[in-house]
Amino acid sequence: MAALTKADLAEMLFDDLGLNKREAREIVEMFYAEISEALEKNDNVKISGFGNFELRDKKSRPGRNPKTGEEVAISARRVVTFKPGQKLRSRVETYARSE
Amino acid sequence: MTKSELIEKISYNQDQLPPKDVELAVRMILDRMVNSLSNNERIEIRGFGSFSLHYRAARVGRNPKTGAAVDLTGKYVPHFKPGKELRKRVDY
Repeated sequence: MAALTKADLAEMLFDDLGLNKREAREIVEMFYAEISEALEKNDNVKISGFGNFELRDKKSRPGRNPKTGEEVAISARRVVTFKPGQKLRSRVETYARSE
Repeated sequence: MTKSELIEKISYNQDQLPPKDVELAVRMILDRMVNSLSNNERIEIRGFGSFSLHYRAARVGRNPKTGAAVDLTGKYVPHFKPGKELRKRVDY
């Protein structure tokens, strides 16, 4: 099955909400751009009914190059994690039961 | 940032649509994303990341209060993998 993309979302806003194609594309772009911008500023994003995007600071830790077995340090970094909300979790669990 | 703040930001940064329409558009985007995942359809947003389902195998769990064993069936859980651009932007 093909994945859902920004183009599909823009088409939906054109078909179902009646935005023109440029407006539809812009709204979809801005939706993800604003979430990204908040995360870049270390601001967690809470979307009720969907889930939370949270930032985690990871300490530096030893790792290994899986090809050569050589030890390399994995640097400290900040990463984004997604915690699905209750509504989303129960919706996708239903999929498992319907199979 | 909450959903209503996200709607406010988008409204502020464009001058074509009234806030009511922006709010409707955001709700439609989110509903469509939930619907896709609940049909096990991946979501791929370039630069942002991808959402997919991961399977959790059936296991025997425990009631934390009583300690009784409980059979838990296998289930699907949503998973988000941040894209390269987002990973770079949030890292310091």
